[in-house]
Amino acid sequence: MSGSWPWGVLIFLGAYHGLNPGMGWLFALSLGLQQRSRTAILRALIPIAIGHAVAVSLTLAAVGLVGAKLPHQALKFLVAGILFALGLYRISRSRHPRGAGMRVGFRDLAVWSFLMASAHGAGLMLAPVLLAHPMQGMHHAMDSATGSNLAEIAISVLALAVLVHTLSLILVAGATATLFYQFYERWGLGLLRHTWFNFDLLWALALMIAGLAALII
Amino acid sequence: MLWKADPTFYPSPKLAAQAPQEKLAYVAAFNPKGDGRPDALLVVDVDPSSSTYGQIVGRTNMPNAGDELHHFGWNACSSALCPYAAHPHLERRYLIVPGLRSSRIHILDTKEDPRQPKIVKVIEPEELARRTGYSRPHTIHCGPDGIYMSALGAPDGEGPGGIFALDHYTFEPLGQWEVERGKQYLGYDFAWHLGYDIAVTSEWGTPRMVESGVIPEELLAGKYGHSLHFFDLRKRRCIQTIDFGAEYQMVLELRPAHDPTKAYGFAGVVVSLKDLSSSIWLWFKNGDEWEAKKVIEIPAEPADAALLPPILKGFGAVPPLLTDLNLSVDDQRLYASCWGTGETLQYDVSDPHNPKLLGSIHLGGIVRKTPHPARPGEALNGGPQMVELSRDGKRVYFTNSLYAAWDQQFYPDGIDGWMVKVDVSPEGMTLDPKFFLEFGDLRGHQVRLEGGDASSDSYCYP
Repeated sequence: MSGSWPWGVLIFLGAYHGLNPGMGWLFALSLGLQQRSRTAILRALIPIAIGHAVAVSLTLAAVGLVGAKLPHQALKFLVAGILFALGLYRISRSRHPRGAGMRVGFRDLAVWSFLMASAHGAGLMLAPVLLAHPMQGMHHAMDSATGSNLAEIAISVLALAVLVHTLSLILVAGATATLFYQFYERWGLGLLRHTWFNFDLLWALALMIAGLAALII
Repeated sequence: MLWKADPTFYPSPKLAAQAPQEKLAYVAAFNPKGDGRPDALLVVDVDPSSSTYGQIVGRTNMPNAGDELHHFGWNACSSALCPYAAHPHLERRYLIVPGLRSSRIHILDTKEDPRQPKIVKVIEPEELARRTGYSRPHTIHCGPDGIYMSALGAPDGEGPGGIFALDHYTFEPLGQWEVERGKQYLGYDFAWHLGYDIAVTSEWGTPRMVESGVIPEELLAGKYGHSLHFFDLRKRRCIQTIDFGAEYQMVLELRPAHDPTKAYGFAGVVVSLKDLSSSIWLWFKNGDEWEAKKVIEIPAEPADAALLPPILKGFGAVPPLLTDLNLSVDDQRLYASCWGTGETLQYDVSDPHNPKLLGSIHLGGIVRKTPHPARPGEALNGGPQMVELSRDGKRVYFTNSLYAAWDQQFYPDGIDGWMVKVDVSPEGMTLDPKFFLEFGDLRGHQVRLEGGDASSDSYCYP
C-alpha cells in the first residue's frame, strides 16, 4: 500500500490548520494591523510555523514510541480513542491560554503556537495518515505483529511529512492574513466580522473524523 | 454553542460604532431604605418607537436584601475575538451583578427572556473572600481570557484592594490577580490597553473609608486615593505608579481609548483640596514610560452656605464632584458628570492633549436643582452621575445616585432616583423630553445597554 495520496492528505490538513484562526493567521493579522505593517504579518508567521511544527513532531514521535510497544491494531484504537475524547472535550468545554497578550516577540509566538497546536490536537489529527500509510518508497519491511508500522517510518520521512504539512499551513495562513490585511486597507474589518464562524466546532468534528479514519484505514 | 460569532462582538471599535440602536437598557438599582426588601436589576425600554419607551419593562429582584447593587457588566464582549484567545462561541448573555456592600456576586442570564433575566448563580461573600482575599467587588470587564473584576479591599474593611478574575465558563473566582502590586494599596476602577498588554488601576478608599460616607478628616488629610497604577497585563506585575499629588483626592473612573493602537486614556479626579475643583487627567505612553497630566479643570461654584449640606457649609461653594466619565467608541467625545453642580459636560477629545468643551446641560444639582423638561418647574435632586453612551455615540443615559451613604451627605433631603436620556447631534446635546424615568423606592446606578455600550467592550483590532 503506497501512493502519493498520504502526501496530499498532509498538505490538505496543513491548509486546513492554516485556515483555523486559532492556529495563527488571525494573530499574525492583528499584529500586522497593530503595527500597520504587512511585514509584521510575515515576521509573525515564522515563529508560529516553528511552534506548530515542534508540537506536531512531538506528538507524532510520541505516537511512534508508543507504537513500537503496541500491536498495530491496539495503537489504532488508542489514537482513535484519544481523537474522539479530545473532539468531545472541545465541544463541551474550551479553555483560554493564560498569560498571552498582544506585545509578543519571536519566542512568545512560538510558545503560543506550540501550545495551541498541542491543546487542539493538531499533531494527533495527522497520526491516522501515518498510521495507515508509510510514505511512498520509504517504508521498510513491516511486521505488524511486533509493532506498528508508524514506528518503522524513517525519521527523515517523518521530518519531511511535518515540513510539508507546516509549509502548507504557513502558505494558507499567510495568504489568509494578507488577504484580510489588504481588505482592511480599503474596507476595514467588515469581512472578518461577516466571515467569522465557529472554527472550534468544525475542528472538534475534524478530530472525530480523524478518529474514525484511524479505525477504518 | 453558536456557528457564527455572537453578532454583538465587533473586532474593531470602528465596526462597533455602526452597531444597531439598543432597544433595552439594564439598570442596577438599590433600595436605600434598609427595610428588608432587596435590590433589583431593572430592564428599561429605550426603543423610541415602543409604546413603553422610557419605562421599566422588567425586573429581577436579588435573593437577599442590602446588596447595594452598583456597577455590573457582561460575561463576554468583543474582547472574545482577541487573536491570542479567540473564543467566538462565547455569548454575550450573562450579566455579572455584584453587591458593592454585601460582596455577593450574582450571575444573571438574559438569553431566554432579555426583559426578565434569571439568576443562575450566586457567589457568596465568604467564597469570594476564601478564593481571592478580596471584598466589595466593583468594576467588571469582560476580558479575552476571563471576567476581570476590581475590589475595594479585604473582608475586614481595610486594604489592599485589587483585581480578581472569574472563569469565563464556570464563573468560579480564580484568586487574586496581582503577582506583584508594588505601591498599589487602594483600589477602585481598572481599565486596560489590550494592544499594549497594560492594565491601569485607580484609587478611591478602603471599604472602611467609604462605607459610612466620606470621612472629612481623612479627606482633608489627603488619605483618599491620588495615584494611577500601571500593570503588565501578562506578568500581572505593577510596573509604574503615577502620583497626582495628595491634593487630588479620589481618582475614580478610567476611560481608555478604544482604538487598541492608541495608548492613552482619561481619569477623573473628584475633588482638589486646594479649591474643590474636579479635574480630568490624560494618561499616555511616552517612549517606554507612562505619563499623566491634567487636561481639564472644572471649578467649584460659589454658593450661599444656607443652601449647602452640612459637609459643605464651611466652604461656601459647591464642588462639581466629577463622579463619572464616558468616552465615545470612536474616541472623539468625552462626557463628564458633575454630580455636585448638576451638570453634564461634553468635550471634543479628538486631540486628547487639548480637549475642547463643546456643550453642557444642567440637571438637578445640590444648589441649582434644575428641572427636567418633562417636569418643568419641579426641582430635581441628585445630579447626572453614572453616564452610559450608545456605541454610535448618539444617545447618552444618566442616573442620579452615587452611593447610599454619600447620597445622604451631599443630598441630605434624599434622592429620588431618576434616569434621563440625552440625544447627541453634531449641533450638541439635548435632553429627550420623552425620557424621564422615576425609580420610585429604588435608586438607579450603572446603566448597561443591550448588545454593548461605550464602556462595556474592548477591542484587539483597530
